Amino acid sequence: MDLSCTPGDEEFRARLREWLAAVLPGLPPKPSPDDWPGRRAYDLGWQRLLYDAGYAGLHWPVDAGGRGATPTRHLIFLEETEKAGAPYVGANFVGLLHAGPTIAAEGGAAQRARWLPPVLRGEEVWCQGFSEPDAGSDLAALRTRAHRDGDDYVVSGSKIWTSHAEVADWCELLVRTDPKAPKHRGITWLAMPMDAPGITVRPLRTLAGSAEFAEVFLDEVRVPVGNRVGEENDGWRVTMVTLSFERGTAFVGEVVACRRVLRELAYEARANGRWDDVPLRRRLGRLNAEFRALWRLTQWNVSEAERTGGVPGAGGSVFKLRYSQARQELYDAAAEVLGPDGLDLDRRWTADRLSSLSYTIAAGTSQIQRNIVAERILGLPKGR
Amino acid sequence: MDFRLDDDQRALRAGVRELLTRRFGRERLRAAVDPPRAAGAADGPGRPGGGAPAPVLDRVLWRELGEAGFFALRLPRARGGVGLGLAEAVLAFEEAGRALLPGPLVATHLAAGEVPGAATGECVVAAVDGTLVEWLEEADVVRGDVTGAVALRPVDPLTPLHRVDRAAPPDPVAALLTAAEQLGSAARTCALAVQHARTREQFGQPIGAFQAVKHLCSEMLVRVEVARSAVYAAAVTGDPPDIAAARLLADEAAERGARDCLQVHGGMGFTWESDVHLHLKRAWCRARRGPCAAQSEEALAEDLLAPEECPEECPGECPRECPGA
Repeated sequence: MDLSCTPGDEEFRARLREWLAAVLPGLPPKPSPDDWPGRRAYDLGWQRLLYDAGYAGLHWPVDAGGRGATPTRHLIFLEETEKAGAPYVGANFVGLLHAGPTIAAEGGAAQRARWLPPVLRGEEVWCQGFSEPDAGSDLAALRTRAHRDGDDYVVSGSKIWTSHAEVADWCELLVRTDPKAPKHRGITWLAMPMDAPGITVRPLRTLAGSAEFAEVFLDEVRVPVGNRVGEENDGWRVTMVTLSFERGTAFVGEVVACRRVLRELAYEARANGRWDDVPLRRRLGRLNAEFRALWRLTQWNVSEAERTGGVPGAGGSVFKLRYSQARQELYDAAAEVLGPDGLDLDRRWTADRLSSLSYTIAAGTSQIQRNIVAERILGLPKGR
Repeated sequence: MDFRLDDDQRALRAGVRELLTRRFGRERLRAAVDPPRAAGAADGPGRPGGGAPAPVLDRVLWRELGEAGFFALRLPRARGGVGLGLAEAVLAFEEAGRALLPGPLVATHLAAGEVPGAATGECVVAAVDGTLVEWLEEADVVRGDVTGAVALRPVDPLTPLHRVDRAAPPDPVAALLTAAEQLGSAARTCALAVQHARTREQFGQPIGAFQAVKHLCSEMLVRVEVARSAVYAAAVTGDPPDIAAARLLADEAAERGARDCLQVHGGMGFTWESDVHLHLKRAWCRARRGPCAAQSEEALAEDLLAPEECPEECPGECPRECPGA
C-alpha cells in the first residue's frame, strides 16, 4: 500500500503545474453554453495547446501517437488540470476517450494514421452514435440498419443522446448489418463523416433547459466500407473496448471538482448562518468522508489498471455506482445550504443539481451497473 | 504509487487468515457462542431463554495470537515487537473481524509495550472505549476509569459489556483498527450473502438470479470496496480526517451489510443457528466504540473549513490537527 509518488512522478507534476500556471491566464474567454461553434473552437484550441506541450493522448499507446504514460501519470494529469481550473475535455471527449482508443486498439494502420493524429492535435471532433430510442440499456437491440452497396454501407435509422453532434466531424456509429444473427453478433462499427448527405441533427433539450444532446436521423447515408473498424458483425466486441474506458477514468477530474464544491459549500454555509444547523453540518461531514473515499477508490482502481496494462475492469462499475449517488447527494446538500436561493437558476449549483440527475442514468444506469457488479464480480447467475 | 497490497502484506494477511481458520474456525466460533453446558450450571446473560454462563476468553488462543505477533505487530523490533506499521495492523484486524474473533483485541494491541505481558498475549488488557468496556471481568488489566461500572446483559453473545459514566477520549488508532474489523465483517457478510444467493433455489432458479437479490448483493460489495479504500488509505496516511472517514464508512458497511445478508438469507437468517446475527450484533458493539458517528461527522465538517494545502506560515486558526496548529 504505497500512496507516495516516485521522484519521476513528482517531477512530472511540478512541470505540469508550471506549464498550467503559464498557459491558463492566456486562454480566450469561455464561450456561452449555447454557442456550439464557439465551444468547439475553445475545446479544440485547448487540445492544441496540450498537443504542443506534449500532453496530448497522455494515456494512449506510443504507437498510436500517445505518450504511453502510466495510469498514475494520467491520474496526476487529471488531478492537476482540474485543480488549476483548466478547461474540460469537452468536445474532445469522444475522440480522446471512446473512438480514439477503439481505433488505436482495433483499427488498421491506414485508419490509425487517418483518424488518430487529428484527434490529438485538436483538429477534428467526434460524436457517438450508439443509443437509439428503442435501444438504451439494451444497447445490443439497436436497429439502425446498414447494407452493402458496392464500396459503401447504406445506413438508415436514428440515434439519440449524441453530444456535440452539431459540431462533430465524425461519428462512431453502431449499425445492424445482420438482422438474422443473434443481437450481439450482427452489429458493425463504422466511422461516419458528419457532412455526408442524409444526416439530420435535431437538438434535444434536457430538463436542465439546455441542449446538451441531439437526436441524429440517418436516411440512406453512404459510409465507405473502408470506414469500418474491425470485421463486419464484430462491432459489439469492438465497442466493449470503448465502454470500459468510459467507466475507468472519465470521472477523475469530477471527483476533484466535487471536493472543491464541498469546501465551497462549507464556507457558504458559514457565511449565511446555515453552519449552525447541526444535521446539515453533519451531512456535509459525511459527504467529506464519501468523496475522500471515492478519491481513494480512484487511486485503488488506477493501481489495478497499472497491473492490467491500463484497461480498467469492473471496478469502474463499483466506482460509478457510488459516485453518481454521491454527486446527487452533494448537490441536494447544496440546495439545502442555499435555502430559498436553491430554487434560483442564477445561483451556481442549481444547474449542477439538475445535471447531476443524469449521472445515475448516463453511461449505464445504476440498475445495469448493479447487474454488472453482481454477475461479473460476484459471479451471481444471469436471470432467465 | 501502488495502492495494492505488496507481497509481504499479502503473505501477512494469508498467514493471519490461516491461523484464524485453524484455531478459530466455524466450529470453534459456535462452541464459543454455545459452550457445552455442565450439569446444573447457572444461567447467564446473553442466551435465548436465559441460557449459559458469560463467555470465557480462550487464553491459550490469546497467547498463540501473542506468539504470532498480533499484539506486538507495531511495536519496534528493538522493544521485542514485529516492527511493522499501521497498514499491516489493519490487515490483521480485518481478518479478526472476518473471523468474528472475540476478546479485547484493540485494547490489548494498543497496550503492547506499555502493559507488561500484553505484547505476548500473557496479559489480557481491556479499556474504556466510548462509554463501554468490553471484557472487563476477563481482563488482567483495565485501562481507564471504571469506577461504578455496570454490567449489561450484552446483545452480542461474545462481547461482555460494562457501561461507565465518563467517556474515554477517542484514540485514532483504536478507531482505525475498529474500522478494519468492521471492514472484515462487511466483506464476510457480503461473501455469505453471495454464497447463499448462488445455491438457494426458489421459483426454479437460484435466488441470486433475481435482480432484487442481485442488487442487494451489489450494493453490499460497493459499500465494502468504498470502505476498504478509505480504511487502507487511512492506514497509510494516519491523518485524523482520513481515519474519521474510514470509520464512518466501515461502520456503515458492516451494519448495513449484516442486515442485507440477513435479508438475503430469509427465514434462516433470523435463526440463532445462522452466523449472520453474530456479525450484526458485533458490528453494533464496535460501532459504539469511540468516536461516535456524530463526532466523526463533526470533525469531517470542520475539516472542510481547513485550507486544502497549508500556507507557508500557519495562521494558527485552522481546525486541522497538525503539529503546526
